[in-house]
Amino acid sequence: MSSPQTATPFTGKTVGITVSHLTKKFEQTTVLHDINFEVKPGEIFCLMGPSGSGKTVILKHIVGLETPTSGSVHIGDYDASDPETRAKIHMAFVFQAGALFNSLSVYDNLALYPREHALGTEAQIRERVMYALSILSLEKAVNRMPSELSGGMKKRVAIARALVMEPQLLLYDEPTAELDPILSATISEIIATLREHTAVTSLVVTHDRALALSIADRVAIIMDGRIRTVGVPADIRNTNDPAIENFMNPVIDPKNPRFKQLEKDNE
Amino acid sequence: MNQIINTIAGIGDMVLLVARSFSYIKTLPRQFPRFVDQCFNIGYKTMPIVTILCFFIGAALAQQSGYSMQNFGAKQFIGALVGLSLARELGPVMVAILVAGRVGSAITAELASMKVYQEVDALVTMNIPPERILVLPRIAAILVMMPVLTMIANLCGWFGGALICQYTPSISVDSQSYFAVLARFTHPKDIIDSLLKAEVFGLVVITICCYIGLNTKGGPREIGASLTKAVVLSLICILVLDTIINAILI
Repeated sequence: MSSPQTATPFTGKTVGITVSHLTKKFEQTTVLHDINFEVKPGEIFCLMGPSGSGKTVILKHIVGLETPTSGSVHIGDYDASDPETRAKIHMAFVFQAGALFNSLSVYDNLALYPREHALGTEAQIRERVMYALSILSLEKAVNRMPSELSGGMKKRVAIARALVMEPQLLLYDEPTAELDPILSATISEIIATLREHTAVTSLVVTHDRALALSIADRVAIIMDGRIRTVGVPADIRNTNDPAIENFMNPVIDPKNPRFKQLEKDNE
Repeated sequence: MNQIINTIAGIGDMVLLVARSFSYIKTLPRQFPRFVDQCFNIGYKTMPIVTILCFFIGAALAQQSGYSMQNFGAKQFIGALVGLSLARELGPVMVAILVAGRVGSAITAELASMKVYQEVDALVTMNIPPERILVLPRIAAILVMMPVLTMIANLCGWFGGALICQYTPSISVDSQSYFAVLARFTHPKDIIDSLLKAEVFGLVVITICCYIGLNTKGGPREIGASLTKAVVLSLICILVLDTIINAILI
C-alpha cells in the first residue's frame, strides 16, 4: 500500500512516530518493557495484542496523557511528553468509548475544537463540521445528543470529531470494540478511506484481526508489555511464533479451557 | 506523615489549579456564554433556597433573641443583633454552605464523570486546557454571584426578623424602630466584610470541588466518593476560614 507524504485536503504535513526504549511503571508494576517501533508518515500502523498487554498505555504516551518512566516518544521532531507538542502537531485521538461530550450536541462536539482555537467564523466552522459529518454519513445526526446515538454512531461521531481537527496524526483506540461485524468492517473501511483522502498517519490499537490484516501497512504485536514482532500483514499471517499464532487463531477447546491454564499459571 | 505531605501537596495543586485557570483570563470574553450559563446555575438557581433559608434564619434569630432580650428590657436592640449576626456571620456562611451543597456537589459530579468517561482526556488531546473551559468560567461566575447571593441573604434575613418583631405579640417591636436600630449598629464595613468573606468562601468551595472532580480516578463509585469528599472538605474549610477571617477582621 502506498504512503502519501502530504496531507490533502487537510492542512499540515503528515508526521511519523518514533518510540525508543519506552518503559512505563505504575508504582511497582512494569506495564511496558523497552518498547521500540517506528510509524512512518502517512502509514496505517496497527498495534495488536491481548487485553492488558499495554497497547492503550502506548497510545496515551504518544498523545501525551502519560509520561514515560524511561525512554522517549517522538512525533516528528517533537517530544510527545512536552505539552507544547500538542500545539505544534495536530493529533486526534479516537477513544475506545468515544469520549463524546455528553452535555453537547453532535454539532457542538465537532465545533468545540475549531471554536476554542478560533479557526474561522461560525459559518466557516459550520462548513468544516458538516464536511466531516458528510464523510462519515452523519448529517442527519447533527442535532442529536450523544445519549441518543447507537454505539456505532458514537464511534463515527468520534472519528468525525477527530477529522474536524484536520489531524496530521490520527490515533484510534479499539475502534471496532463492541461493534457487530458489519459495523466493524465499515469502521475499517473508514480508516482506510481517510488515509486515502487525507494522507494522515494512522495508529490503530486493536485486537480485531480482520481490521489489522486488511487495512494496515504494518502490524506490531505486543504481549505482556513487550513488542513480539513488527511486520507487514503477510508476515503476521504466516508467522511461526506459536504465541502469535495462538493469539491470531485461537482454538476453542471446551475440554481443555484456557482459564484453567491461567489458574494453573497463577498458582 | 504521608497524610500531612499529601494534604500539603493537595493544597499546592489547588493553588496551581487556580493560578493556571487565571492565566487564561484573556479568553473569558470569548467564553461569555459559558460564564453566563455558570452565573445562571450558581446564582439564579441557588437564589430561591438562599431566600427561603435566610428569611427563616432571620425570623428564628429575632424570635429567640426577642424572647431572651425582653427579660432584661433590651428588646429594642433586636434589630442590631439580627443585622450584625447576619451581615458578619450567618449571611456569608449560610450562602457558602448552600453553594457547597447545591452547586459544589453538582460541579464535582459533573467534572468527575467527565474525567471518568475520558471527556477531560479528550479535551487535553484537543489541546484545550480543562482549566480554561471547565474551571475559569466557574471561578469567574462564583466571584460575581457570591456577593449578590450574600446581599440577598442578608436582606431576606433582616426582613424575616422585622416581620417576626412586628407581628409577634410578646416582642412587638415595629419595623421602623427595628430597621432604625439595625441601620445604626450595622456599618458599611460590616457589609463589606460580609461580601469579602463570601468571595473567599466561594473561591475556596469552587476550587475544592473542581480539583476533586478533575482528579477523580476509577468508575461510577468513585464519582459518588468524590462528591462526598468535596462537600465535606468544603464545609470544613468554610468553618475554619470563617474563624480565621473573623480573627483578622475583628
